[in-house]
Amino acid sequence: MANQGPTYYSPYPTAVYEGVITPPEGKALLLTDVVDEEIAMREIAKVMLTSENATIFPGPQVLYGYNEEAKKKAKLIKEMAEVLNSKMIPMYDYRPKYPKIDAEVEINPNHPNLTIWHNNIKAAIFIGVHCHYANVALKIVRAETDCYTVAICGLSGHEDAMATLRDQHSSELEKFIKIAKEVKAELGK
Amino acid sequence: MGLDIYKINPEFKDIMPQEIIDLEENATWAQNQTKPRGIKELPETKELLEEHSLCAGCPEAAALRYVLSALPKPEDTVIVNSTGCTSLMFPHIALHTVHSLFGNQNAVASGIKRVLNWRFPDIEKDVVVLAGDGATVDIGLDYTLQSFFRQENITTICFDNEVYANTGGQESGMTPKGQVFKMAPTGKKFEKVKMWELAKTSGCHYSINMTASAPKAVAKAVREAILIAREIGPTYLNIYTPCILEIGLSANEGLGEMKDQDKDRFASYKYVSPEAEEFLKKCKAEGRL
Repeated sequence: MANQGPTYYSPYPTAVYEGVITPPEGKALLLTDVVDEEIAMREIAKVMLTSENATIFPGPQVLYGYNEEAKKKAKLIKEMAEVLNSKMIPMYDYRPKYPKIDAEVEINPNHPNLTIWHNNIKAAIFIGVHCHYANVALKIVRAETDCYTVAICGLSGHEDAMATLRDQHSSELEKFIKIAKEVKAELGK
Repeated sequence: MGLDIYKINPEFKDIMPQEIIDLEENATWAQNQTKPRGIKELPETKELLEEHSLCAGCPEAAALRYVLSALPKPEDTVIVNSTGCTSLMFPHIALHTVHSLFGNQNAVASGIKRVLNWRFPDIEKDVVVLAGDGATVDIGLDYTLQSFFRQENITTICFDNEVYANTGGQESGMTPKGQVFKMAPTGKKFEKVKMWELAKTSGCHYSINMTASAPKAVAKAVREAILIAREIGPTYLNIYTPCILEIGLSANEGLGEMKDQDKDRFASYKYVSPEAEEFLKKCKAEGRL
């Protein structure tokens, strides 16, 4: 016990403890591997199109139209959901909601596993969630569910997701949608 | 940005819960800017979700509605709250709120107010502290009084339920002498702290002790306190919102308890400094009250 570092205090098996870290600029993370962004986008699209109850969890940064980029991203995410044949469940507020959330229609970062269990979600994209709450939510989901999580992040990505795309803005989302359409055609979905 | 941050992108309206859409569409932001808002709008507006997480019949829920209805500019108001029953409600309202550490609320509010003044020099931004008696008078007394000493332009509202309620019933500084609670079985040994008098001697320009039994009176006090805080200096409201569970009342007995205490421990106390008095007269003449 004496040699244990701070990650040992975590009740969950965090990715960083397993040696997984965020990808460098221009790259993406697929499970434990650092890969080219396009390869990761293709794999993410494939997983979303072939998994049961694939769902996109849009966070406050895209749900609310507080600037032009957020409004543009909202349109793209809607299109992305259509291309990936996925549902959308909003993470509209980070504050714990007592006595309980309605897991059918919302997700909360403090107990995201409830929504994933309830809806039997096997693949999910987190987008527009502020990093500190994405970190909390993804750690819990990683530890408590068998859901394949994808973090589409505007900053440096999240190692606790199964797949991470970093530095994603509206132009990158357009690229992802284009690739997803190709994968969809290949899969005949 | 004050208002836009709550505007849902149209692409997501179909997936947002109806109650959240209602909060956006039926809250009173940017309405009635020319005349005072008030409790008359409560039946038609929605600033607090119906299914909030307080106990059935809790007077705090009613008092919070009165407070919210009386904010002069809700879209430009930041409420700073602290740990306690009140903090359970803030996920359910459509206002900017900041949850501080237990007791830190007045220090946090001071910082927010100063930054807002610097960042938005041309817009009136109000900072209101709303916390329980434990946070305001016990754990956070230092921060509360220091903000009064420094003459911070913030309003402090204490929802005084005279007990640490959601941790099982421990006595607080505001508990009356002799009161027995589940976690204070021998009864309190000393008198209730007269925080409204401390507020006066510590530099508040407006200090009130009241119950939440009369909605109009609460709304009036809140409005006056915020306007004075904006222009002159710190203000303090001590509002009795009894914990009906801890004192053994039923859900429908909260109002009766508050009415009883209107004549007892919470007999009306009001202090207005001479300059605040002058300012209120001016506000009244201008139709701001």
